[in-house]
Amino acid sequence: MTELLVADRLIKRFGGLLATDNVSIDVRHGEIHALIGPNGAGKTTLVSQLTGSLAPDSGTIRFLGRDITRLPVHARARLGLARSFQITSVLRDFSAIENVALAQQAHHGHSFRFLADVRKDTARTEAARRGLAAVGLEARATVPASALSHGEQRQLEIAMALGGAPKLLLLDEPMAGMGPEESQRMIGLLHGLKQRCGMLLIEHDMEAVFALADRITVLVYGRAIFTGTPDEIRRHPEVRQAYLGEEAA
Amino acid sequence: MSERLFTPRALITTLLLVLLAALPLIAQAVGDRYILSVGTRIVIWAIAAVSLNMILGYGGLVSFGHAAFIGIGGYAVGILSANGIQSGWVQWPAALMAATVWAALVAALSLRTRGVYFIMITLAFAQLVYYLGSGLAAYGGDDGLNIGRSRFTGLIDLRDKASFHWLCFALLCAALWFCGRFSRSPFGHVLRGARSNEGRMAALGFPVFRYRLVACLIAGAFGGLAGVLLANEGAYISPAMMSWVKSGDLIVMVVLGGIGVRFGPLYGALAFFVLEESLKPGLDLLHKGWGEYWQIVFGPLLVIIALHAKGGIASLLGFRHD
Repeated sequence: MTELLVADRLIKRFGGLLATDNVSIDVRHGEIHALIGPNGAGKTTLVSQLTGSLAPDSGTIRFLGRDITRLPVHARARLGLARSFQITSVLRDFSAIENVALAQQAHHGHSFRFLADVRKDTARTEAARRGLAAVGLEARATVPASALSHGEQRQLEIAMALGGAPKLLLLDEPMAGMGPEESQRMIGLLHGLKQRCGMLLIEHDMEAVFALADRITVLVYGRAIFTGTPDEIRRHPEVRQAYLGEEAA
Repeated sequence: MSERLFTPRALITTLLLVLLAALPLIAQAVGDRYILSVGTRIVIWAIAAVSLNMILGYGGLVSFGHAAFIGIGGYAVGILSANGIQSGWVQWPAALMAATVWAALVAALSLRTRGVYFIMITLAFAQLVYYLGSGLAAYGGDDGLNIGRSRFTGLIDLRDKASFHWLCFALLCAALWFCGRFSRSPFGHVLRGARSNEGRMAALGFPVFRYRLVACLIAGAFGGLAGVLLANEGAYISPAMMSWVKSGDLIVMVVLGGIGVRFGPLYGALAFFVLEESLKPGLDLLHKGWGEYWQIVFGPLLVIIALHAKGGIASLLGFRHD
């Protein structure tokens, strides 16, 4: 399997706090790589460096063989690095379908077109409808994103992330705040996406992690203490103590 | 489209535009030239407000320096005119170019900031232009300067009040048309998306800064156009046309009319001037000399609208903002 994303010895300090301590991590094609760790372990900080909203103090990030360490957020997104946010981040003023349409628009060249009417662009609407259907939201197309339920907004986020046919998805707690039923649906959705793109999954829901992940990396106090298959993680004593301990006990 | 033409708001808007278009005839019929001059100024300030609405309304960028574009447009005409270049074919493109270049400069720096810092930087830049205008002793300094109107020989005589009004009106219609297309275009959607959630738009792959910059250039050009027209309206330029008070007035017009609604700025500009022109004599009638303090009534009115009609006049008429 080929590596999509390779982060090499990333370091990020916030004042005296070492939020990312020499972390190396990679995601391969067709793989779900889960990132777990207690609150404050630096998971979101790490993802922010991968997407470009935070710059690492040192270390390099390569995506599809290209050094992207200094690329801004939008340029990385255009290369095929999509993300969903820990706190739901949709365009609340826009309808569900328009959220997806904009996500797709981002990957169709530039948008410096001032007079064309998007409502009359049927190809655009159709593509967006297919994008919504892929996450099971087609019935909610015209509903403003702000009026969708929490679970639906999380689904919409996935549809937006998929808008540009990404090579890699960075999912920051996609199951956060979901009920068991919604979580199950999300697990099914993510499982079905494995053929399309690699994923780096941050998730607290251990059931989801063990159901989905091919590999798991455990982050504690900014350090990646172990990377392995779900079985290896279950057996690893240090991991059990540091993280799973509280649940295994 | 046809059903949309007959909603109350469409009727009111249409009526309003017809009234503005017919103003020269009405003014002639009632023999009052003053209402035409007020009407022309309403149209010009509406163009400026439409241009501010493009970035404030659709972009969510609170520019507190929009009067600078008006000033630069006006001064470009005035300075060229004072130096013997009377042709509108030279003056107008030069003025629009100057306003656009200024917009590029201000936007390139101010768009790196957010929120209150953006407001302060745009204000600071506008004050810079204001004091520059005050300091131009050769062009009247604080007192301003009487200028000759732009010449479009054989095409239109801007000294004719009616022709000039119709020209301004046509340009307002063009600005409104453009704004309508713009807000529904792929570009407009990116701009509005960034207003809604900037971080999300970047994560989707949009270089938000570039889109906002271009929006500022367009708004700057339209602002410059308003300045060109204003200079020609009174055949006069002065730093007062670009004081921060004017920038504030423009924000008031946009907010009063309805932020992010295509016709909002038109309603806002109209309400602003009609209130000013009626409150002044109205208060004078109550007690001689009170008219000067019309803003004592205007201010609380604005507060009431801000508190109770969040979408401005447009929302009262049932417009939804884009």
